[in-house]
Amino acid sequence: MKQSRLGSWIALFIGTLYFVVPLAGTFEFSLRMRRGEYSFDAYRSVFADSAFQESFLFSCLMALATIVIGVLIVVPTAYWVQLRLRKLRPLIEFITLLPLVIPAIVIVFGYLRLYNSSSFLPMTAEIWSTNLLLAFSYVTLALPYMYRAVDTGLRSIDVRTLTEAAENLGAGWTTILFKVILPNVRTAILSGAFLTFAIVIGEFTMASLLNRPAFGPYLQLVGANRAYEPSALAVMAFVLTWACMGLINVFGRAKQIKHAP
Amino acid sequence: MAFLEISQVRKAFAQNVVVQNVDLGIERGEFVSFLGPSGCGKTTTLRMVAGFELPTSGTIRIDGKDITHLRPNQRNVGMVFQSYALFPNMTVAENVAFGLKVAKRPAAEIGPRVEEMLNIIKLPHLATRYPFQLSGGQQQRVALARALAVKPQVLLLDEPLSALDAKIRVSLREEIRSLQRKLGITTIYVTHDQEEALSMSDRIVVMNEGRVDQVGAPFEIYNQPKTRFVASFVGTLSVLSGKVVDAASGVLEVGGQKIVAGRGFPHAKAGDVCAVSLRPEAARLEGFGGQGATTNMADRAERNSLQGTIEEVAFLGSVVRIKVRLGDNLLSLDTFNNPGVTPPERGAQATVTFSPADLLVLEGV
Repeated sequence: MKQSRLGSWIALFIGTLYFVVPLAGTFEFSLRMRRGEYSFDAYRSVFADSAFQESFLFSCLMALATIVIGVLIVVPTAYWVQLRLRKLRPLIEFITLLPLVIPAIVIVFGYLRLYNSSSFLPMTAEIWSTNLLLAFSYVTLALPYMYRAVDTGLRSIDVRTLTEAAENLGAGWTTILFKVILPNVRTAILSGAFLTFAIVIGEFTMASLLNRPAFGPYLQLVGANRAYEPSALAVMAFVLTWACMGLINVFGRAKQIKHAP
Repeated sequence: MAFLEISQVRKAFAQNVVVQNVDLGIERGEFVSFLGPSGCGKTTTLRMVAGFELPTSGTIRIDGKDITHLRPNQRNVGMVFQSYALFPNMTVAENVAFGLKVAKRPAAEIGPRVEEMLNIIKLPHLATRYPFQLSGGQQQRVALARALAVKPQVLLLDEPLSALDAKIRVSLREEIRSLQRKLGITTIYVTHDQEEALSMSDRIVVMNEGRVDQVGAPFEIYNQPKTRFVASFVGTLSVLSGKVVDAASGVLEVGGQKIVAGRGFPHAKAGDVCAVSLRPEAARLEGFGGQGATTNMADRAERNSLQGTIEEVAFLGSVVRIKVRLGDNLLSLDTFNNPGVTPPERGAQATVTFSPADLLVLEGV
């Protein structure tokens, strides 16, 4: 018993080192901008850069748009599959997994071929439509995570009986979806939303090839031309992702407390 | 014309016919139970009334209006589910108010109505609680209040008590029945529990393999079952098979001993093998001083009498259930517990008597 516990601690220690050492090294390096002493100059430099502000804001807005579009597509689909099309579940799951199998570069080349300025649907001809295309491509990239999060949430409630109970009380589909189903899978949707946010903030391929000023291409640009700022940005990106994960946990725990027997 | 009419309703899922041409009329304010084993079609019939399943053929009318093809939210039918189906994100009061809000009733009406319903189910102090903070019995009462708040024309209850423990089940069924009487609402109650159906219903519809086997008052269903299925499903039944000696006078030879079936054997002739059935409480064990023992000689002369061996004695508290072996037949009988008399022992010889009128000659025996 004691031996197995010691083994667990050793495994945990090695695992922690594996993740923490590179991060600590990156953080330490990001503080060395000023010679001979530690400072947050690299962070100040990043925050002062207008390109950082613009690209970060752009990616945040794109993430927001992606989450809204994703929720509007995924929630009704997962709900309908759970309620009426259970036989189609393996097919839907396969489709939602495709973005994990097909590289982003293949998807974006497909988009450029289909939606270029001389195609039947020239979405890359205008900035607003390219932004829309980028948001759709992010929805595709985030689909495996969003679908699984929502599907897990829907499986944790008795969708069919709740739907029937609401329908029996006179509710139509909109009321059922927005008043009964959505509030009960809110935590799952938030989990999917935070994952989507983390994915969109760091995404490079789509934004770069569609030539949009997103945070991913900015990170690459800074990384290629500066020394300390990329480390500062890497640390910031980690903190942001962890914040998202932390929020998922907070909401998850809130739900556990609310549904406790 | 009945208030709720189910006419020639049939339901098939692909090749599987689950409800076969059900015809039933339910009067306004009546409490009718659908009783039967799992898979007999009772819940499917109820779901067709609610609108969750579309009949393959046939019609359903409420108060003369054909509702067969109306969506569930267009029928004024309240339903209580086995799993309560309270909305987890809403408080008790919000759950009860849900149907009223959907119907866009004014707030001035919704508040008092919710309060009234919570008073009816005796849970006004739990208005702000969430479903997960309630016991199973409380949740089901809230579900009942929610269904009744919108004043439905018909109330449907789909095995509402089966998830609850025995004691709460008994008290809640009494509450449901008294509430139904008070409101005078037409009610269909689906159950596989015969005690529930017998104790609550004005009429019972016994269903088997998608068909209605018998419709009648609880007393009638229990005492005059039309089919072997009804007789065996509702209550306990012993079957005695033997050779017909005289069909007209109902004389039957069982294990070399003759008995008389009061109703005769109209569809048999001498020499045919027939079976009769007997309720456990209709038989008496001679020599055992339980309340059922026959002491009057004249009465004894009119009764059938069979000799056998006691095979099993089960002491159930107020009742002692005894099984007596009569040749190939095993007869089960109940006697009230008499504290002054020790129950008979296994292997003892015994005489069982019963009235010819209590023998049931069933269809399909």
